[in-house]
Amino acid sequence: MVVRAIIQKNAYRDSVFLMNLSRRLGEMDGVGKAHALMGTPTNIRLLKEDGLLVPELEDAGPNDLIVVVEAESDDVADAAVKAATSTATAPRDAGERAFASTVAALEGSPGANLALISIPGQFVRREAMRVLDEGLNIFLFSDNVSLEDEVALKQRAKEKGLIVMGPGAGTAIVGGTAVAFANSIRPGPVGVVGASGTGIQEITVQLHRRGGGITHAIGTGGRDLYRDVGGISFLTGMDALISDKDTRALVLVSKPAHPEVEALVLERAKAAKAAGKPVVVHFIGGDPAAVEDAGLVPAATLEDAAAAALALLRGKEPSPIIFSAPRDEILTMARQAQEGLTDGQTDIRGLYSGGTLCGETLLVLGPVLGPVRSNATKDPALKMTDPNVSEGNTCVDLGEEEFTQGRPHPMIDHTLRCQRLVQEARDPATAVILLDVVLGYGSSEDPAGALVPAIQDAKAIAAAEGRSLVIVASVCGTDLDPQDLDNQEATLRESGVVVLPSNAQAARMAALIVTRGGAEDKIFG
Amino acid sequence: MDLLNNDLSVLNIGLKGFASDLNAQGTAVSHVDWRPPAGGDPALLDALDALRGEQLDEANRTAVERLMAAQPTLVGVGIARDIIPGMNDTTILHAGPPITWDRMCGPTRGAIMGALVYEGLAQDYDEAARLGASGDITFDPCHHHSTVGPMTGVVSPSMPVWIVENRAEGTGNRAFCTLNEGLGKVLRFGAYGDDIIAHLKWMEEVLGPGLTETMELAEPIDLGTVISQALQMGDECHNRNKAATSLLVRALAPSLAETNLPKSDVVRILRFIDSNDHFFLNISMPACKCATDAAHGIKGSSMVTAMARNGTDFGVRVSGCDDAWFVAPAPEVKGLYFPGYSAKDANPDLGDSTITESAGIGGFAMAAAPAIVQFVGGVAEDSLRYTREMLTITLAQNPDHAIPSLDFAGSPTGIDVCKVVESGVAPFINTGIAHKEPGIGQVGAGIVRAPMECFHQALRHLAGRV
Repeated sequence: MVVRAIIQKNAYRDSVFLMNLSRRLGEMDGVGKAHALMGTPTNIRLLKEDGLLVPELEDAGPNDLIVVVEAESDDVADAAVKAATSTATAPRDAGERAFASTVAALEGSPGANLALISIPGQFVRREAMRVLDEGLNIFLFSDNVSLEDEVALKQRAKEKGLIVMGPGAGTAIVGGTAVAFANSIRPGPVGVVGASGTGIQEITVQLHRRGGGITHAIGTGGRDLYRDVGGISFLTGMDALISDKDTRALVLVSKPAHPEVEALVLERAKAAKAAGKPVVVHFIGGDPAAVEDAGLVPAATLEDAAAAALALLRGKEPSPIIFSAPRDEILTMARQAQEGLTDGQTDIRGLYSGGTLCGETLLVLGPVLGPVRSNATKDPALKMTDPNVSEGNTCVDLGEEEFTQGRPHPMIDHTLRCQRLVQEARDPATAVILLDVVLGYGSSEDPAGALVPAIQDAKAIAAAEGRSLVIVASVCGTDLDPQDLDNQEATLRESGVVVLPSNAQAARMAALIVTRGGAEDKIFG
Repeated sequence: MDLLNNDLSVLNIGLKGFASDLNAQGTAVSHVDWRPPAGGDPALLDALDALRGEQLDEANRTAVERLMAAQPTLVGVGIARDIIPGMNDTTILHAGPPITWDRMCGPTRGAIMGALVYEGLAQDYDEAARLGASGDITFDPCHHHSTVGPMTGVVSPSMPVWIVENRAEGTGNRAFCTLNEGLGKVLRFGAYGDDIIAHLKWMEEVLGPGLTETMELAEPIDLGTVISQALQMGDECHNRNKAATSLLVRALAPSLAETNLPKSDVVRILRFIDSNDHFFLNISMPACKCATDAAHGIKGSSMVTAMARNGTDFGVRVSGCDDAWFVAPAPEVKGLYFPGYSAKDANPDLGDSTITESAGIGGFAMAAAPAIVQFVGGVAEDSLRYTREMLTITLAQNPDHAIPSLDFAGSPTGIDVCKVVESGVAPFINTGIAHKEPGIGQVGAGIVRAPMECFHQALRHLAGRV
């Protein structure tokens, strides 16, 4: 047996603390007697009687903390004394608290590995740099961050082996946790990197609805594939998924990238493929040729991207999805829906909360119906002169800046969309109103329920003027989402809404209805 | 990037809803109730960023370690003129930063008038007022003389003072404070009058010498240990000193009984101490002063070594800023008032007792003293919240100041000017309230926050941006 002792000068501890410490030391394997006590004359006498009063303890005073252990070996004794020292001096956690500053939070949360930042853009750079310096990754929800700040932050992150998702990032799913606006998706072998929030939501939802699942989904913010940013976060995300053992296929989604950046992304994607991980690339509205030339798989829609990834994992040839249901069933559905439409009802009016979903609808409808107006198009000929007034076939992104200044986003608050629904119903040219309903964390508790009163009003307004009105929607959500997909779809159907299982299918259904079946050949090819 | 290989643990900075969603998924999340740092002031942010770095951290580590390593020890009682450095027969010390007679608040003037009559420098209070204004009396902050004083903090040459010595290795600095006069209508709250002078005389002639003799017989008292124990007994050692006073009596009584004092004096001394729950305040304060002085003068350190008020101005001193005072108007105290008084009678914040908060007890250890949170109409939970909030602006938690209600977490210690400015969280202070007119005394007690302006000035000074 060896005896080891330490003295901490002037370290008063109450008797309960000391008895606890003594008991814990005594319970350690290989430890015999163990005492933690203050160096009072009584205690010194006690130690002496116990044969533990080693010479270094003789000078101890009543305000000194003494720890003595008897152990079977030097190692055990050292370990016990070390444990006692750290228990006696460790800062104790003062309990749950809200932090008043980023600095305080960084000090008070030593285990954090991701900062979710949603503060005004002008303050982002300083706070985010501080976060990166402490070794945390960032999910940057904030908008209005300059391109210069974005580049500086992403370069710093790269140097430190970290990632900045955003600015303007809406969606990520990290190890099964939905961050900001994201759905509950079952675990599976697909990894997603996207420069588009609702794009990631629709892809992961479509994977889930087809029985698939994901490892992680990484959002990068819409500007990551700009020339100035150079795809820093996109490439970091790809690398992480390539080296992630659970990820067996990748889906990439973005608006078309700058050619130089696109080349980098495709190069990296080829490396993934070479490592045995097939890659589906969906450059929204981009030319699939470059993707095919790189030996990778392009996808025309978000749904196709999901379906293609699952096909590749099953060793099958991907094929585009037009409708999930059989053709005759779809045509019947369209015919039933269009009953009661009058000749003057010629237009589709899309009212979207998800920007990428709105963009996808424009891409689906354009080749079928000809020009579609929007507030979110880059084509100046198709840009709405007044985003508050629809004209002809029109798709409005209600999440665009002009609608969200001083107002919550339409995924959170449906007031604006409800008003617009009624407004479109009053227009005798409106035949079909096309909606997206986005579920998941971040979105409101009951989006379908919030839309129902306006849907009923819209239908009543049309009926009062002797018309019918068709409402077509898709719900971007899963059965695991807090809002529950089945409930949400049922609520919409009970209000007479034609519900399709994806955004692209909803757009095609709207086209069939508005053309009274005339677009059938173009759609089914 | 190894984010994907570890369990997610999120710091949510901004919208609260995101934290709730993460919580609902069982993901670890800490929420930052974010507001623009330094109020969004670009010049202050610039100064903060210029100072940030290893040099600052190192200087602050040294400062807070010295603060916490101090071993303030009660060694004796002496007479101010003999003991306090730089004190002569026409010097009057006062609380807070430097101030001239014309700017002094009512209670400080009242206490000085009382002290001048007590010293025999004036025959009556009118003469005392003229003498105070004449320029013949040297007024100086207690803090310039290793001394601290509660409320008006008035120290005149004949007053007996506690002597506290730092027994930590390599130190030995001393701090001083008068003996506590009792409650109610007392000089330190600006009251004066013949009864008060008579009481001061008793303190000078009986209490002081009695305690001097007692301390000569007693072992020096390790005040760190007394304070540690008192914090576990419901004191925070600024506005509540019930437990510490009791512990002091236990330490002193046997030696007091051993003195050659007449039995009647022994009894009166013990009764006097027993009647005054704040008797230990005048020992707690120099104990804290002894510790913060040991941490003063660390080059580059942004740690506060004193907060002090003279009833007109609130002053802050910083370890790395030599003798500079950073001064702003003394704020008004929010609190409860004795019957017959209200907020309109209150003098702005007053006294050196904020040395306790500067050393990591007082308001910073409010969680240890839920009983006094009632002073401010609060509930017990508030006391925990105040202490937790102070973690935001401090450099360390003092393991010797373990707080039972926070699972024995150490009290937040070492106020960092940078953290105060960055977070916009001002130090939280417990305090008494004096009547604004001279001659009346204490009218209530409450809480107050140190003015942010002092910390802004200190930051600019530290960053060389004055």
